Amino acid sequence: MNTPVIHIEHLFKEYVTEAGAVPVLKDVSLTVNQGEFLAIMGASGSGKSTLMNIVGCLDVATSGQYLLNGRDVSTLTGDELAHLRNQVIGFVFQGFNLLPRVTLEENIALPLIYRGVPRAERLARANALLDRVGLGAHNRSRPNQISGGQQQRIAIARALVNEPKLLLADEPTGNLDTKTSYEIMDIFSELNQRDGITIVLVTHEPDVARYAQRLIRLSDGRIVYDGAVAHAGPEHLEPASS
Amino acid sequence: MIGDMLHEAWSAMGANRTRTFLTMLGMVIGVGAVILMLAIGQGAQKRVEDSIASMGSNLFIILSGSVTTGGVRLGGGATPTLNAADAQAISELSSVSAAAPMVPGSAQLVYGPNNWGTQVTGTTPSFLTVRDWGLSAGFPFADSDVRSATQVVLLGQTVVQNLFGDEDPIGKTIRINNSPYTILGVLAKKGQSLDGRDQDDTAVVPVTTAQRKLFGTRFGGSVRFIMAQADSDDAMPRVEIAINELLRQRHRIREGAEDDFTVRNMTAMADTAAETAQVMSLMLGAIASISLLVGGIGIMNIMLVSVTERTREIGIRMAIGARGNDILLQFLLEAIIISVIGCFVGVLVGVGGALAVELLAGMTVLITPISIITAFAVAAAVGIFFGWYPARKAAGMRPIDALRYQ
Ligand SMILES: Nc1ncnc2c1ncn2[C@@H]1O[C@H](COP(=O)(O)OP(=O)(O)OP(=O)(O)O)[C@@H](O)[C@H]1O
Ligand SMILES: [Mg+2]
Repeated sequence: MNTPVIHIEHLFKEYVTEAGAVPVLKDVSLTVNQGEFLAIMGASGSGKSTLMNIVGCLDVATSGQYLLNGRDVSTLTGDELAHLRNQVIGFVFQGFNLLPRVTLEENIALPLIYRGVPRAERLARANALLDRVGLGAHNRSRPNQISGGQQQRIAIARALVNEPKLLLADEPTGNLDTKTSYEIMDIFSELNQRDGITIVLVTHEPDVARYAQRLIRLSDGRIVYDGAVAHAGPEHLEPASS
Repeated sequence: MIGDMLHEAWSAMGANRTRTFLTMLGMVIGVGAVILMLAIGQGAQKRVEDSIASMGSNLFIILSGSVTTGGVRLGGGATPTLNAADAQAISELSSVSAAAPMVPGSAQLVYGPNNWGTQVTGTTPSFLTVRDWGLSAGFPFADSDVRSATQVVLLGQTVVQNLFGDEDPIGKTIRINNSPYTILGVLAKKGQSLDGRDQDDTAVVPVTTAQRKLFGTRFGGSVRFIMAQADSDDAMPRVEIAINELLRQRHRIREGAEDDFTVRNMTAMADTAAETAQVMSLMLGAIASISLLVGGIGIMNIMLVSVTERTREIGIRMAIGARGNDILLQFLLEAIIISVIGCFVGVLVGVGGALAVELLAGMTVLITPISIITAFAVAAAVGIFFGWYPARKAAGMRPIDALRYQ
């Protein structure tokens, strides 16, 4: 049997604030296998981003177990986690998170710096990806010179530059219009189907969620639906407000 | 990898030029001040050492009057108790290579229309030995000139310059206090004395001439002071005791009575002066170092601001795989680049400033490679030291907190 890419058991997460501990994830268990395309939906504040950040090794759980490709993440050192973020996981943020000072090709090539790839090869790979997301002509532009949809493509290209097995996207179309959203989702579909990349994507939009095969519905820090998108009832696909 | 890091650091610095410039300015001023102060301090030290060297080595000065509580009682030997015979006797002591009686006074020198007031010293040919002073032209007067009090003179370079200009003075006759003197020789250049006097502004005549003709001393054959030279540094203490005993004997001073003369070890005094100059030089350097420290704190301050401002960038870099050490290195490199470039410019400013001081204020300055190398080492150390804390702070951030930072 294949090792699952993500294996989460009884995961809890609480934030410590001045007002005390705020429980956000409450006993979440989840297994994602190689090649799956998963959409996570849920009301605002239900803990979607919190879960994504833990899966992406940007944050740690309060308790419970998270195995990434069979390795218990809580036993890894900071450098090992950095290595996972660099080469195993690609992360696409809602806010793009590009470096404003740096050209688009350099933005895409950034993860390769931390892998010690020589500059010429870095730029070659970045330009290949620029072509793939349809922005080949903009390699020397800076993030503030292109549209939001184009910035998101750059962010996706950056997430892909190290050829990760797992792509995480937290509301990648949240700031984009419908048409642009579909274009972005077409890229994700292709990555999943053609390259076999496992994708976990958070969204508020049912149309976006339908690109995935499997749907997870979070409500107040718990999983209330986990099954095929096709079989999900309208209450699990509804956009906002729980 | 390090090349990429340098490139990144460079472009980050370029992104905020004014701030980078101002931070560098702190370093420039700090390093510039250290270089300048060291140059001035070491210049002063060198000047002292040069004048000590020009003074003559293993030197004693014997003055009239005794040292009681509160220094020489008879300032400058007002009641002369020493005479040329004392000098002669001292020169015959063992381990004494030469001794010269000294009768100084000021006089007016005239050559044609030119007129120059200077210090004229009456002494013996031994004077040149004691002071390690050679002639640049002509020849010295002889003991026979001393015996017969001839009217001959040796001139210092400054006097020659003022009376003769480019003319050759040897063999010419000048008038000193209205009496004719033949110029036998010109003294070699000596430069400044410890107390800043121009040692070349002088003239030397036979001691007897000075006593009988030029100044007409109140007490016949007395001299103002005697200069004596020991033949080695080791002999100095022995010679000092011997001179004391000899003069007490010659002056018939009873057991227990006070000396009527004072023996001064000039070499010991010179050593003290040299030490003082060295301490001064160190102190100047130390004071200037404070501005270097302030420059360093400026770097730390700016780096802290920069780290806070770029928290999101740090978060992004971490999210895509930067290790703590990558972030650390990035910020540390920025600090080091700022301090090293600042140091480089600072060295230029310091050297330029030192040359300007030399040119405009006429001070002696001395720039040694050591002070420049030290400045660079200190600047790099300051960069690492003051860059470390901000860089550490950046590297220690948790990715999620850095990403969320607004
Ligand atoms: N750093 C934090 N400190 C304290 N509370 C936090 C922190 N981050 C998130 N929370 C809280 O945790 C809960 C879940 O937040 P999370 O960002 O995971 O929600 P979400 O499902 O992604 O919402 P949205 O759809 O609006 O993005 C919220 O109630 C939020 O207030
Ligand atoms: Mg969210």
